[in-house]
Amino acid sequence: MEYKAPSSIDEAVMLLAQANGKAHVLAGGTDLLVQIRAGFTKPTLVVDVKNILELRTISVADDGVCIGAAVTGAELGEHDAVKAAWPGLVEATELIGSTQIQGRASLGGNLCNASPAADTVPALVAASAICLIAGPNGQREAPVEQIVTGPGQTSLKNSEFVVQFQLPKKLPRSADAYLRFIPRTEMDIAVVGAGVNLTLDKKGICQQARVALGAVAPTVLLVEAGAKALIGSTLDDAALDKLRAAASAACNPIDDKRGTVEFRVDVAGVLAKRAVLIAKQRAEMN
Amino acid sequence: MTRQHVTTEINGEPQDFLCDAQETLLDVLRDELHLTGTKEGCSSGDCGACSVMVDGRLVCACLLFGVEAEGKKIETIEGMAEGDKLHPLQTKFLEEAALQCGFCTPGFLVAAKALLDRNNNPTETEVRYWLAGNLCRCTGYDKIVRAVMDVAADMRGA
Repeated sequence: MEYKAPSSIDEAVMLLAQANGKAHVLAGGTDLLVQIRAGFTKPTLVVDVKNILELRTISVADDGVCIGAAVTGAELGEHDAVKAAWPGLVEATELIGSTQIQGRASLGGNLCNASPAADTVPALVAASAICLIAGPNGQREAPVEQIVTGPGQTSLKNSEFVVQFQLPKKLPRSADAYLRFIPRTEMDIAVVGAGVNLTLDKKGICQQARVALGAVAPTVLLVEAGAKALIGSTLDDAALDKLRAAASAACNPIDDKRGTVEFRVDVAGVLAKRAVLIAKQRAEMN
Repeated sequence: MTRQHVTTEINGEPQDFLCDAQETLLDVLRDELHLTGTKEGCSSGDCGACSVMVDGRLVCACLLFGVEAEGKKIETIEGMAEGDKLHPLQTKFLEEAALQCGFCTPGFLVAAKALLDRNNNPTETEVRYWLAGNLCRCTGYDKIVRAVMDVAADMRGA
Protein backbone atom coordinates (compact mmCIF):
# COMPACT_ATOMS: atom_id res chain seq x y z
CA MET A 1 0.00 0.00 0.00
CA GLU A 2 1.17 3.49 -0.86
CA TYR A 3 0.16 6.71 0.87
CA LYS A 4 -0.11 10.17 -0.71
CA ALA A 5 -1.29 13.40 0.83
CA PRO A 6 -1.87 15.87 -2.01
CA SER A 7 -2.45 19.52 -1.24
CA SER A 8 -4.84 20.28 -4.12
CA ILE A 9 -8.08 18.85 -5.48
CA ASP A 10 -6.60 18.42 -8.98
CA GLU A 11 -3.64 16.48 -7.65
CA ALA A 12 -5.94 14.20 -5.64
CA VAL A 13 -8.16 13.53 -8.67
CA MET A 14 -5.08 12.71 -10.75
CA LEU A 15 -3.71 10.28 -8.15
CA LEU A 16 -7.09 8.55 -7.83
CA ALA A 17 -7.47 8.32 -11.61
CA GLN A 18 -4.02 6.76 -12.02
CA ALA A 19 -4.85 4.05 -9.47
CA ASN A 20 -7.65 2.58 -11.63
CA GLY A 21 -10.13 2.06 -8.83
CA LYS A 22 -7.63 0.51 -6.43
CA ALA A 23 -7.24 3.68 -4.40
CA HIS A 24 -9.14 4.69 -1.31
CA VAL A 25 -9.82 8.24 -0.15
CA LEU A 26 -8.75 8.81 3.45
CA ALA A 27 -10.34 11.53 5.59
CA GLY A 28 -10.52 10.88 9.34
CA GLY A 29 -9.82 7.16 8.89
CA THR A 30 -12.00 6.02 11.79
CA ASP A 31 -13.78 3.53 9.54
CA LEU A 32 -11.15 3.03 6.82
CA LEU A 33 -8.26 2.02 9.08
CA VAL A 34 -10.40 -0.57 10.83
CA GLN A 35 -11.52 -1.96 7.45
CA ILE A 36 -7.97 -2.12 6.10
CA ARG A 37 -6.75 -3.82 9.27
CA ALA A 38 -9.55 -6.38 9.09
CA GLY A 39 -8.73 -7.07 5.43
CA PHE A 40 -12.16 -5.95 4.21
CA THR A 41 -10.49 -3.60 1.77
CA LYS A 42 -6.99 -3.77 0.29
CA PRO A 43 -6.22 -0.51 -1.47
CA THR A 44 -2.93 -0.20 -3.31
CA LEU A 45 -3.04 3.53 -2.70
CA VAL A 46 -4.54 5.67 0.04
CA VAL A 47 -5.10 9.32 -0.86
CA ASP A 48 -5.25 11.44 2.28
CA VAL A 49 -7.40 14.49 1.53
CA LYS A 50 -6.78 16.28 4.83
CA ASN A 51 -4.07 18.54 3.40
CA ILE A 52 -6.50 20.06 0.88
CA LEU A 53 -7.70 23.42 2.18
CA GLU A 54 -11.20 23.24 0.67
CA LEU A 55 -11.89 20.00 2.54
CA ARG A 56 -10.75 21.43 5.88
CA THR A 57 -12.60 24.75 5.81
CA ILE A 58 -15.95 25.87 7.22
CA SER A 59 -17.27 29.04 5.57
CA VAL A 60 -20.36 30.94 6.58
CA ALA A 61 -21.86 33.36 4.03
CA ASP A 62 -25.21 35.08 3.43
CA ASP A 63 -26.32 32.35 1.04
CA GLY A 64 -25.51 29.45 3.34
CA VAL A 65 -22.83 27.41 5.05
CA CYS A 66 -20.10 25.30 3.41
CA ILE A 67 -18.50 22.52 5.44
CA GLY A 68 -15.37 20.82 4.10
CA ALA A 69 -15.81 17.07 3.76
CA ALA A 70 -12.80 16.35 6.04
CA VAL A 71 -13.66 18.86 8.79
CA THR A 72 -13.66 16.91 12.06
CA GLY A 73 -16.63 16.44 14.37
CA ALA A 74 -14.72 18.31 17.08
CA GLU A 75 -14.14 21.29 14.78
CA LEU A 76 -17.79 21.37 13.77
CA GLY A 77 -18.92 21.15 17.40
CA GLU A 78 -16.74 24.14 18.28
CA HIS A 79 -18.10 26.30 15.45
CA ASP A 80 -20.66 28.63 17.02
CA ALA A 81 -22.16 29.91 13.76
CA VAL A 82 -22.81 26.44 12.34
CA LYS A 83 -24.17 25.30 15.70
CA ALA A 84 -26.57 28.23 15.77
CA ALA A 85 -27.74 27.75 12.17
CA TRP A 86 -27.86 23.92 12.03
CA PRO A 87 -28.11 22.56 15.59
CA GLY A 88 -29.59 19.29 14.33
CA LEU A 89 -26.64 18.57 12.05
CA VAL A 90 -24.17 19.40 14.80
CA GLU A 91 -25.96 17.22 17.35
CA ALA A 92 -26.01 14.34 14.86
CA THR A 93 -22.27 14.76 14.30
CA GLU A 94 -21.46 14.95 18.00
CA LEU A 95 -23.34 11.69 18.68
CA ILE A 96 -20.72 9.77 16.71
CA GLY A 97 -18.21 7.82 18.77
CA SER A 98 -16.00 9.03 21.58
CA THR A 99 -14.01 12.22 22.15
CA GLN A 100 -11.13 10.46 20.39
CA ILE A 101 -13.30 9.62 17.36
CA GLN A 102 -14.62 13.20 17.25
CA GLY A 103 -11.04 14.37 16.85
CA ARG A 104 -10.80 12.60 13.49
CA ALA A 105 -14.23 11.66 12.10
CA SER A 106 -15.70 13.75 9.26
CA LEU A 107 -18.99 14.34 7.44
CA GLY A 108 -17.46 13.19 4.15
CA GLY A 109 -16.28 9.95 5.71
CA ASN A 110 -19.58 9.32 7.45
CA LEU A 111 -21.41 9.71 4.13
CA CYS A 112 -19.01 7.79 1.89
CA ASN A 113 -18.55 4.91 4.33
CA ALA A 114 -22.17 4.33 3.33
CA SER A 115 -23.43 2.74 6.51
CA PRO A 116 -27.25 2.74 6.67
CA ALA A 117 -26.87 3.85 10.30
CA ALA A 118 -24.64 6.90 9.68
CA ASP A 119 -25.86 9.61 12.05
CA THR A 120 -24.99 12.70 10.02
CA VAL A 121 -26.67 11.54 6.82
CA PRO A 122 -30.35 11.92 7.90
CA ALA A 123 -29.42 15.33 9.32
CA LEU A 124 -27.70 16.37 6.06
CA VAL A 125 -30.62 15.10 3.97
CA ALA A 126 -33.16 16.89 6.18
CA ALA A 127 -31.09 20.07 5.78
CA SER A 128 -31.21 19.74 1.94
CA ALA A 129 -27.43 19.62 1.87
CA ILE A 130 -25.72 19.45 -1.52
CA CYS A 131 -22.38 17.68 -2.06
CA LEU A 132 -19.75 19.33 -4.18
CA ILE A 133 -17.96 16.44 -5.88
CA ALA A 134 -14.58 16.61 -7.63
CA GLY A 135 -13.62 14.21 -10.39
CA PRO A 136 -11.71 13.84 -13.66
CA ASN A 137 -14.40 15.79 -15.52
CA GLY A 138 -14.31 18.73 -13.14
CA GLN A 139 -16.72 19.40 -10.32
CA ARG A 140 -20.41 18.55 -10.03
CA GLU A 141 -23.11 18.90 -7.42
CA ALA A 142 -25.50 16.26 -6.09
CA PRO A 143 -27.99 16.16 -3.21
CA VAL A 144 -26.74 14.08 -0.29
CA GLU A 145 -29.62 11.60 -0.65
CA GLN A 146 -28.29 10.57 -4.09
CA ILE A 147 -24.85 9.52 -2.86
CA VAL A 148 -25.44 6.27 -0.98
CA THR A 149 -26.98 3.50 -3.09
CA GLY A 150 -26.75 0.62 -0.59
CA PRO A 151 -24.71 -0.57 2.39
CA GLY A 152 -21.07 0.25 1.57
CA GLN A 153 -22.03 1.46 -1.93
CA THR A 154 -22.09 4.99 -3.35
CA SER A 155 -22.93 6.61 -6.67
CA LEU A 156 -19.49 8.28 -6.77
CA LYS A 157 -17.61 7.30 -9.89
CA ASN A 158 -14.00 6.21 -10.07
CA SER A 159 -11.66 8.91 -8.78
CA GLU A 160 -14.49 11.15 -7.61
CA PHE A 161 -14.60 12.41 -4.03
CA VAL A 162 -16.72 14.77 -1.95
CA VAL A 163 -15.12 18.18 -1.45
CA GLN A 164 -17.70 19.93 0.70
CA PHE A 165 -21.29 20.09 1.85
CA GLN A 166 -23.33 23.15 0.98
CA LEU A 167 -26.16 23.97 3.34
CA PRO A 168 -28.80 26.40 2.10
CA LYS A 169 -29.46 29.85 3.50
CA LYS A 170 -31.19 29.56 6.83
CA LEU A 171 -34.71 30.98 6.62
CA PRO A 172 -36.36 32.83 9.52
CA ARG A 173 -38.43 30.62 11.85
CA SER A 174 -36.75 27.48 10.62
CA ALA A 175 -34.71 24.88 12.46
CA ASP A 176 -33.47 21.31 12.31
CA ALA A 177 -33.18 18.51 14.86
CA TYR A 178 -31.79 14.99 15.01
CA LEU A 179 -32.60 12.15 17.39
CA ARG A 180 -31.39 8.59 17.45
CA PHE A 181 -32.20 5.52 19.48
CA ILE A 182 -29.43 3.34 20.88
CA PRO A 183 -29.75 0.77 23.68
CA ARG A 184 -27.29 2.74 25.86
CA THR A 185 -26.53 6.41 26.45
CA GLU A 186 -23.30 6.81 24.48
CA MET A 187 -20.84 5.10 22.11
CA ASP A 188 -23.18 3.04 19.99
CA ILE A 189 -24.54 2.77 16.46
CA ALA A 190 -28.04 4.01 15.63
CA VAL A 191 -30.88 1.49 15.79
CA VAL A 192 -33.05 4.29 14.39
CA GLY A 193 -32.13 7.89 13.52
CA ALA A 194 -34.48 10.72 12.57
CA GLY A 195 -33.57 14.11 11.11
CA VAL A 196 -36.10 16.90 10.61
CA ASN A 197 -35.88 20.42 9.19
CA LEU A 198 -38.87 22.80 9.37
CA THR A 199 -39.86 26.30 8.36
CA LEU A 200 -42.84 27.97 10.04
CA ASP A 201 -44.68 31.15 9.10
CA LYS A 202 -45.56 33.91 11.57
CA LYS A 203 -48.75 32.10 12.59
CA GLY A 204 -46.84 28.90 13.29
CA ILE A 205 -48.05 27.10 10.18
CA CYS A 206 -45.47 24.76 8.70
CA GLN A 207 -44.36 26.04 5.27
CA GLN A 208 -41.57 23.60 4.48
CA ALA A 209 -40.51 20.31 5.98
CA ARG A 210 -37.94 17.58 5.35
CA VAL A 211 -38.00 14.30 7.25
CA ALA A 212 -35.18 11.75 6.91
CA LEU A 213 -34.71 8.40 8.63
CA GLY A 214 -31.54 6.38 9.22
CA ALA A 215 -30.90 2.70 10.08
CA VAL A 216 -34.35 1.57 8.95
CA ALA A 217 -33.56 0.72 5.31
CA PRO A 218 -30.49 -0.09 3.17
CA THR A 219 -30.03 3.67 2.65
CA VAL A 220 -31.15 6.77 4.50
CA LEU A 221 -34.76 7.55 3.59
CA LEU A 222 -36.20 10.93 2.66
CA VAL A 223 -39.80 10.51 3.80
CA GLU A 224 -41.82 12.79 1.56
CA ALA A 225 -45.15 11.57 2.90
CA GLY A 226 -43.94 12.62 6.35
CA ALA A 227 -43.15 16.14 5.14
CA LYS A 228 -46.54 16.31 3.42
CA ALA A 229 -48.27 15.44 6.69
CA LEU A 230 -46.63 18.46 8.33
CA ILE A 231 -46.82 21.15 5.64
CA GLY A 232 -49.86 23.38 6.03
CA SER A 233 -50.46 22.28 9.63
CA THR A 234 -49.68 23.94 12.94
CA LEU A 235 -47.88 20.70 13.87
CA ASP A 236 -50.92 19.74 15.93
CA ASP A 237 -51.54 16.23 17.21
CA ALA A 238 -53.40 15.15 14.07
CA ALA A 239 -50.48 16.20 11.83
CA LEU A 240 -47.96 14.56 14.15
CA ASP A 241 -49.94 11.32 14.13
CA LYS A 242 -49.95 11.36 10.33
CA LEU A 243 -46.22 12.03 10.29
CA ARG A 244 -45.61 9.19 12.71
CA ALA A 245 -47.61 6.78 10.56
CA ALA A 246 -45.83 7.95 7.39
CA ALA A 247 -42.40 7.52 8.97
CA SER A 248 -43.21 4.01 10.18
CA ALA A 249 -44.71 3.08 6.79
CA ALA A 250 -41.52 4.13 4.98
CA CYS A 251 -39.29 1.74 6.94
CA ASN A 252 -37.76 -1.41 5.52
CA PRO A 253 -35.36 -2.35 8.31
CA ILE A 254 -33.19 -5.32 9.16
CA ASP A 255 -34.10 -7.55 12.07
CA ASP A 256 -31.30 -8.16 14.55
CA LYS A 257 -30.53 -8.42 18.22
CA ARG A 258 -30.20 -4.65 18.51
CA GLY A 259 -33.70 -4.03 17.21
CA THR A 260 -36.44 -6.16 15.69
CA VAL A 261 -38.27 -5.02 12.57
CA GLU A 262 -41.38 -4.24 14.63
CA PHE A 263 -39.37 -2.21 17.12
CA ARG A 264 -37.45 -0.20 14.52
CA VAL A 265 -40.63 0.58 12.58
CA ASP A 266 -42.39 1.84 15.69
CA VAL A 267 -39.42 3.80 17.03
CA ALA A 268 -38.92 5.51 13.65
CA GLY A 269 -42.38 7.05 13.99
CA VAL A 270 -41.79 8.05 17.61
CA LEU A 271 -38.41 9.65 16.93
CA ALA A 272 -39.65 11.50 13.83
CA LYS A 273 -42.44 13.00 15.91
CA ARG A 274 -40.13 13.98 18.78
CA ALA A 275 -37.60 15.49 16.36
CA VAL A 276 -40.39 17.60 14.85
CA LEU A 277 -41.31 18.90 18.29
CA ILE A 278 -37.69 19.86 19.01
CA ALA A 279 -37.31 21.53 15.60
CA LYS A 280 -40.62 23.36 16.13
CA GLN A 281 -39.49 24.73 19.48
CA ARG A 282 -36.19 25.89 17.94
CA ALA A 283 -37.94 27.41 14.90
CA GLU A 284 -40.26 29.43 17.13
CA MET A 285 -37.22 31.00 18.77
CA ASN A 286 -35.47 32.19 15.59
CA MET B 1 8.46 -1.17 -0.69
CA THR B 2 10.37 1.89 0.39
CA ARG B 3 9.61 3.19 3.80
CA GLN B 4 8.46 6.76 4.08
CA HIS B 5 10.38 9.39 6.01
CA VAL B 6 8.23 11.28 8.52
CA THR B 7 9.20 14.37 10.50
CA THR B 8 7.28 15.09 13.69
CA GLU B 9 7.63 16.57 17.13
CA ILE B 10 7.00 14.14 19.99
CA ASN B 11 6.68 15.42 23.54
CA GLY B 12 8.37 18.67 22.52
CA GLU B 13 11.38 17.08 20.80
CA PRO B 14 11.91 16.86 17.04
CA GLN B 15 11.55 13.23 15.97
CA ASP B 16 12.05 11.64 12.57
CA PHE B 17 11.12 8.09 11.76
CA LEU B 18 10.72 5.72 8.85
CA CYS B 19 7.56 3.69 8.41
CA ASP B 20 5.55 1.66 5.94
CA ALA B 21 2.37 3.31 4.73
CA GLN B 22 0.07 0.84 6.45
CA GLU B 23 1.72 1.11 9.88
CA THR B 24 -0.39 3.00 12.37
CA LEU B 25 0.95 5.75 14.58
CA LEU B 26 0.51 3.26 17.42
CA ASP B 27 2.78 0.74 15.64
CA VAL B 28 5.38 3.46 15.14
CA LEU B 29 5.26 4.75 18.72
CA ARG B 30 5.59 1.30 20.24
CA ASP B 31 7.71 -0.71 17.80
CA GLU B 32 9.85 1.96 16.14
CA LEU B 33 10.29 4.58 18.87
CA HIS B 34 9.86 2.24 21.86
CA LEU B 35 7.39 4.60 23.52
CA THR B 36 5.47 1.69 24.97
CA GLY B 37 3.46 3.70 27.49
CA THR B 38 0.80 4.03 24.79
CA LYS B 39 -1.04 0.71 24.90
CA GLU B 40 -2.62 -1.44 22.22
CA GLY B 41 -6.04 -2.66 23.30
CA CYS B 42 -8.60 -3.16 20.56
CA SER B 43 -6.86 -1.58 17.53
CA SER B 44 -10.25 -0.40 16.30
CA GLY B 45 -10.75 2.89 18.15
CA ASP B 46 -13.12 1.46 20.75
CA CYS B 47 -11.03 1.22 23.94
CA GLY B 48 -8.93 4.39 24.13
CA ALA B 49 -5.84 2.60 25.51
CA CYS B 50 -3.78 4.23 22.73
CA SER B 51 -5.02 7.80 23.39
CA VAL B 52 -2.49 10.44 22.36
CA MET B 53 -2.67 14.10 21.40
CA VAL B 54 -2.06 15.09 17.78
CA ASP B 55 -1.86 18.86 17.21
CA GLY B 56 -3.82 19.41 20.41
CA ARG B 57 -6.58 16.91 19.62
CA LEU B 58 -7.24 13.74 21.57
CA VAL B 59 -7.15 10.79 19.16
CA CYS B 60 -6.62 7.04 19.08
CA ALA B 61 -3.12 6.30 17.78
CA CYS B 62 -4.46 3.08 16.24
CA LEU B 63 -6.75 5.08 13.94
CA LEU B 64 -4.13 7.06 12.08
CA PHE B 65 -1.27 5.98 9.90
CA GLY B 66 2.20 6.89 11.05
CA VAL B 67 2.67 8.79 7.78
CA GLU B 68 -0.28 11.02 8.71
CA ALA B 69 1.84 12.38 11.56
CA GLU B 70 4.05 14.31 9.11
CA GLY B 71 4.55 17.84 10.46
CA LYS B 72 2.37 17.16 13.50
CA LYS B 73 2.97 17.69 17.21
CA ILE B 74 2.37 14.50 19.15
CA GLU B 75 2.04 14.19 22.91
CA THR B 76 2.12 10.79 24.61
CA ILE B 77 1.98 9.60 28.20
CA GLU B 78 5.79 9.69 28.30
CA GLY B 79 5.62 13.49 28.12
CA MET B 80 3.19 13.91 30.98
CA ALA B 81 5.52 13.91 33.98
CA GLU B 82 8.32 16.46 34.17
CA GLY B 83 11.27 14.24 34.93
CA ASP B 84 10.55 12.66 38.32
CA LYS B 85 7.74 15.11 39.02
CA LEU B 86 4.43 13.44 38.24
CA HIS B 87 1.53 15.33 36.71
CA PRO B 88 -1.21 16.03 39.32
CA LEU B 89 -3.46 13.51 37.54
CA GLN B 90 -0.80 10.81 37.88
CA THR B 91 -0.33 11.63 41.57
CA LYS B 92 -4.05 11.59 42.24
CA PHE B 93 -4.58 8.31 40.38
CA LEU B 94 -1.97 6.77 42.70
CA GLU B 95 -3.31 8.38 45.89
CA GLU B 96 -6.89 7.39 45.18
CA ALA B 97 -6.09 3.98 43.66
CA ALA B 98 -7.84 4.89 40.41
CA LEU B 99 -6.30 1.89 38.71
CA GLN B 100 -5.91 -1.82 39.19
CA CYS B 101 -4.10 -3.61 36.38
CA GLY B 102 -3.01 -0.27 34.91
CA PHE B 103 -3.32 -1.17 31.24
CA CYS B 104 -5.91 1.50 30.50
CA THR B 105 -4.27 4.10 32.76
CA PRO B 106 -2.02 5.89 30.23
CA GLY B 107 -5.01 6.38 27.93
CA PHE B 108 -7.18 7.65 30.77
CA LEU B 109 -4.47 10.06 31.91
CA VAL B 110 -3.90 11.50 28.43
CA ALA B 111 -7.67 11.83 27.87
CA ALA B 112 -8.32 13.34 31.30
CA LYS B 113 -5.50 15.86 30.84
CA ALA B 114 -7.02 16.87 27.50
CA LEU B 115 -10.30 17.57 29.29
CA LEU B 116 -8.83 19.50 32.21
CA ASP B 117 -6.61 21.58 29.89
CA ARG B 118 -9.77 22.96 28.28
CA ASN B 119 -12.15 22.87 31.23
CA ASN B 120 -10.99 22.77 34.84
CA ASN B 121 -14.55 22.81 36.15
CA PRO B 122 -16.30 19.86 34.50
CA THR B 123 -19.42 18.27 35.93
CA GLU B 124 -19.29 14.57 36.71
CA THR B 125 -21.48 13.97 33.66
CA GLU B 126 -19.03 15.88 31.48
CA VAL B 127 -16.13 13.81 32.83
CA ARG B 128 -18.01 10.56 32.21
CA TYR B 129 -18.97 11.52 28.64
CA TRP B 130 -15.47 12.81 27.83
CA LEU B 131 -13.96 9.55 29.05
CA ALA B 132 -16.61 7.31 27.44
CA GLY B 133 -14.06 6.31 24.79
CA ASN B 134 -11.69 4.90 27.41
CA LEU B 135 -12.54 1.44 28.67
CA CYS B 136 -11.42 0.05 32.02
CA ARG B 137 -12.34 -3.53 32.88
CA CYS B 138 -11.11 -3.37 36.49
CA THR B 139 -12.20 -0.31 38.39
CA GLY B 140 -15.82 0.30 37.50
CA TYR B 141 -14.80 3.90 36.64
CA ASP B 142 -15.91 5.53 39.90
CA LYS B 143 -12.42 5.98 41.28
CA ILE B 144 -11.15 7.28 37.95
CA VAL B 145 -13.94 9.83 37.67
CA ARG B 146 -13.47 10.88 41.29
CA ALA B 147 -9.72 11.33 40.81
CA VAL B 148 -10.29 13.53 37.76
CA MET B 149 -12.89 15.61 39.62
CA ASP B 150 -10.50 16.01 42.57
CA VAL B 151 -7.63 17.18 40.35
CA ALA B 152 -9.99 19.67 38.71
CA ALA B 153 -10.94 20.98 42.19
CA ASP B 154 -7.24 21.28 43.12
CA MET B 155 -6.54 23.18 39.87
CA ARG B 156 -9.32 25.65 40.65
CA GLY B 157 -8.07 26.05 44.22
CA ALA B 158 -4.48 26.64 43.18
